[in-house]
Amino acid sequence: MSGEGIEGQAAVLPHAALMLRVAREQDRSAFAELFGHFGPRVKSYLMRLGSDASGAEDLLQEVMLAVWRRAATYDPSQAGVATWIFTIARNKRIDALRRVPRGGLDPNDPALQPEPPPSPDHEAEAVRWEGAIAEAVAAMPREQAEILRLAYYEDISHSDIAARIGVPLGTVKSRLRLAMARLRTRFAEQA
Amino acid sequence: MNAIRIREAADELLLDHARGAASAPVDLLVATHVALNPAARRRHRCLEAVGGAMLDTIEPVATAPDALERLFARIDAGHAAEPARAMPAGEERFPAALRARMPGGLDALPWRQVTRGVHEAALGVEDGPQKASLLRIAAGRAIPRHTHRGDEMTLVLEGDFSDEHGRYARGDLAVADGSIEHQPVAGTGTDCLCLVVTSAPIRLTGRLLRLLNPFLPR
Repeated sequence: MSGEGIEGQAAVLPHAALMLRVAREQDRSAFAELFGHFGPRVKSYLMRLGSDASGAEDLLQEVMLAVWRRAATYDPSQAGVATWIFTIARNKRIDALRRVPRGGLDPNDPALQPEPPPSPDHEAEAVRWEGAIAEAVAAMPREQAEILRLAYYEDISHSDIAARIGVPLGTVKSRLRLAMARLRTRFAEQA
Repeated sequence: MNAIRIREAADELLLDHARGAASAPVDLLVATHVALNPAARRRHRCLEAVGGAMLDTIEPVATAPDALERLFARIDAGHAAEPARAMPAGEERFPAALRARMPGGLDALPWRQVTRGVHEAALGVEDGPQKASLLRIAAGRAIPRHTHRGDEMTLVLEGDFSDEHGRYARGDLAVADGSIEHQPVAGTGTDCLCLVVTSAPIRLTGRLLRLLNPFLPR
């Protein structure tokens, strides 16, 4: 696991480049490479949140099919590839649990309140601040990073998290709050 | 509940949505909030990036040997085109997630009067005791002084309102818990329209209005 984070960071730009090839040329070898990296991670995510192996495999198909279909809508100035795929997997998981599909943010929505125009270097900027967030999480005290990992990737409810690590509910909430306070300084940089 | 705590509570809603743990009413609230409020959208994007960063460092689980083949077979069989996701029709000043909940527009909603100058319409989005509704406060009118047994989240869609904690305009989100007693007053210019998520009925605390509590809908 020790080399994992470094490898992940170095791969940020290539993943975006692969997405571009999928979007422009329906390049299957580029897609296979993305599948090789993200497939096992998305499956892991789905299983940690309660899917059995075959259910996770089926949902993974839906997630990666959506990645193929929506490749042209991927905007590297808005999110890294890992973040984009995370949000697709998260939404597919919720839609599978709920009968009513979850309304999301639609970038073409005329009601969208516009943001200030991005800087000329905005693609590199998105990669930079996403890197800063990854660093902020990596630099957190262990118990705060752990509580974030549990909240995103293991147990959805605060009380489940409390039961798992054997601390009171209030401690879960206060640790999450501390983690958020740390991230907030990164929000400010992004703003 | 002070200003810092209110801000924290709003960020917790963004976090719950970003990590996929929010209820259906809160999902609707956050999707609408981030569409109307660029600053909240940037904070929300950071919280989604936390999920992305973790995806890159998670312990992978091997996929089925034929997973990629199956996927290409589905693409070849014509599953490649995304089924058209029609943009919900309706009043374009409301974000898409909200428009999808009111296909007939504002007037077709089941409005009922709460008190003089205050109307509420349920949006049919519920999860346990939590429900989402629209609240319309006539210009210059006040909602009776009240507290909450549960949380109350109020997102301004049009107009503005003020209470003891500040003034809220389009795109602003106010979060109140049981510790807050407040009396929101709509601005005098236009009616104030809000998207509200409540988890328990409000409790009127004015001297005479308290008598009305037994008659309030749940």
